[in-house]
Amino acid sequence: MNEITLIEAVNRALAYELAHDDSMVVMGEDVGVNGGVFRATDGLQARFGRERVFDTPLAETVIAGMSVGMAAQGLRPVAEIQFMGFIYSTIDQILNHASRLRNRTRGRLSCPMVLRAPFGGGIHAPEHHSESTEALFAHIPGLRVVIPSSPSRAYGLLLAAIRDPDPVVFLEPKRIYRLNKQAVEDNGEALPLDSCFVLRPGADLTVVSWGAMIHECQQAAELAAEAGVDIELIDLATIKPLDMETILESVGRTGRCVIVHEAARNCGVGAEIAARLAEEGLMSLMAPVRRVTGYDTVMPLFRLEEHYMPSTARILQAVNETMEYV
Amino acid sequence: MAQIAHFDIHYDRFLNEAGEVEQPLPEFAKDTQTLLSLYKNMVYTRVYDQRAIALQRTGQMGTYASILGQEAIGAGVGHAMQRQDILAPSYREGGVQFFRGVKPSELFLYWGGDERGMNFNESRQDFPVAIPIASQACHAVGAAYAMRLRKQPAVVVCMLGDGGTSKGDFYESMNVAGSMQLPVIFVVSNNQWAISVRRTDQSSCDTLAQKAIAGGMPGQQIDGNDVIAVRHYVSSALERARTGDGPSLIEAMTYRLGDHTTADDAKRYRSQEEVDLQHKKEPVGRLRNYLIANNLWNDDKEQALIAKCEEQIETEVEIYLATEVQPAKSMFDHLYATLPKSLQWQRAQLPGEE
Ligand SMILES: Cc1ncc(C[n+]2csc(CCOP(=O)(O)OP(=O)(O)O)c2C)c(N)n1
Ligand SMILES: [Mg+2]
Repeated sequence: MNEITLIEAVNRALAYELAHDDSMVVMGEDVGVNGGVFRATDGLQARFGRERVFDTPLAETVIAGMSVGMAAQGLRPVAEIQFMGFIYSTIDQILNHASRLRNRTRGRLSCPMVLRAPFGGGIHAPEHHSESTEALFAHIPGLRVVIPSSPSRAYGLLLAAIRDPDPVVFLEPKRIYRLNKQAVEDNGEALPLDSCFVLRPGADLTVVSWGAMIHECQQAAELAAEAGVDIELIDLATIKPLDMETILESVGRTGRCVIVHEAARNCGVGAEIAARLAEEGLMSLMAPVRRVTGYDTVMPLFRLEEHYMPSTARILQAVNETMEYV
Repeated sequence: MAQIAHFDIHYDRFLNEAGEVEQPLPEFAKDTQTLLSLYKNMVYTRVYDQRAIALQRTGQMGTYASILGQEAIGAGVGHAMQRQDILAPSYREGGVQFFRGVKPSELFLYWGGDERGMNFNESRQDFPVAIPIASQACHAVGAAYAMRLRKQPAVVVCMLGDGGTSKGDFYESMNVAGSMQLPVIFVVSNNQWAISVRRTDQSSCDTLAQKAIAGGMPGQQIDGNDVIAVRHYVSSALERARTGDGPSLIEAMTYRLGDHTTADDAKRYRSQEEVDLQHKKEPVGRLRNYLIANNLWNDDKEQALIAKCEEQIETEVEIYLATEVQPAKSMFDHLYATLPKSLQWQRAQLPGEE
């Protein structure tokens, strides 16, 4: 089986579902002939035609709003927002409509749409191209927010997102779009939403993270292992709704938890996890929960971005401090 | 049925693609110094542009959006604006900004990943470049409101691309500008492409200029590769707005000769023949032909100008490359007027001296 990158896995999942579900359409800026600025939709228009894979005018509000209209009428729109920095004008449509259409109509209409957007820092991109603002979406009731961290999870989670009966914001960590390859069978098998993935079992400390930061967390876990600290690494994967069961079970065994995210600290998703641990897992904690996050600043332009983003060293330091706490 | 409204959209230019005069030139174009000043800005912008691409290609700068082919719009708008006017630019308007006193080293710094590039030394009331497409249109109408409220004789110039005219921000701003008759003008650099999306796929409108009509203001199309037309019609629009006659829109027809940015590969979606054809219409050669035909320019002067521009840009490159990275802690320095106490511990975590 050939090995593919995360972006190729996204492409493969889109192609699989387009081939198997006539109601699915792919839309967005430059997704047609150009195949998307990151090539997520490469070749899809040639294969599935301009009716089902099409460029929209440059207008994010209508991309999201049109998706709501399509989804309400039984299509499965999968729309690309070119960069997360340009998703904000869609929030009106997501918050006021997509995420509550089912509720407003007592189940009469629903909104099975997916908004995909690349996000996150670390690729020396221009201004507004590097932020991680998943927490904004995690605050919206009725919405799912999903972030893959490997090619196989990109494939399986995107399929799940497309098939899900409710709206999903699917955020793709672009720093790891091409970081490494993995064998991904094109079998159309979805992975479960609303559940974490335990990437590495461990007994001493639980690290919870998602997206590109999983990469640094894995490195930190390996280095910690050399120093005799056995880390359990959990990929959150679905940012909302949270699978606290898996996290509580893990922390129940390890008694220590470090949460790592690239996004700013204040009201980040890490805050929600920490709050839930305080509410439901306090008795099993042997040390305060720590967060390693971006700072509460504007994401700096790229000359300073490496200082903003959590590094393996910063993660290890938090791990060590948490381990040393008595 | 009675016709209750009727609108016309006009197109104009003075120099044709060969640089020949098509109709009597406006008064300013009879002044050699003015023409040369426009020409020099275009050449300077082109040299800057080539150098910027080279810096990116050699890993000394980040992603960059080329101006190649659109120099006449920059020169015409920049020359027409008065010092006290306000610019709300997109990311492809270095040419205008140079007339505003912005330095290439500042723009290199910005594209090189350093916020200080938007802390212009001159034209300090101008807006930073807008990356979120058309968002600057809203700021332009707000700034125009401020000018009028304070009775400042300034006009705000909003610049955006053909793709930008599809955004709600643009329509909403046009509507506000029209309904309040604000001192703002909109200049659409219609370079036929929004990354890979053709102008004709962007909108079924015959012209983008006609979008002005719905905003309650005049709109017209000009040849944006004829710097004389740009300078002339932008001046008229500014004058109109300055004297209280309200906003207007100019659609300047041009062509993006390069890739969308250094991260783009235009070969994926357009043919070389199309681009080759457009090279024949490009603005710098057009004005040069006119100048030469009128004995205002020659090869020696051309060589000397290019050499001088290269030297000036090289100095700017050196300034850029010698600019040390800001201390990591600086990311907190302009977050608020005063950093809240509760954030000081975060700042302290970053490396570097206090
Ligand atoms: C709101 C928003 N959506 C998407 C983008 C990504 N993007 C950057 S440039 C561009 C095309 C812009 O085309 P146009 O307005 O014609 O300007 P040009 O680049 O041709 O000068 C797109 C889609 C963006 N910067 N902002
Ligand atoms: Mg354009």
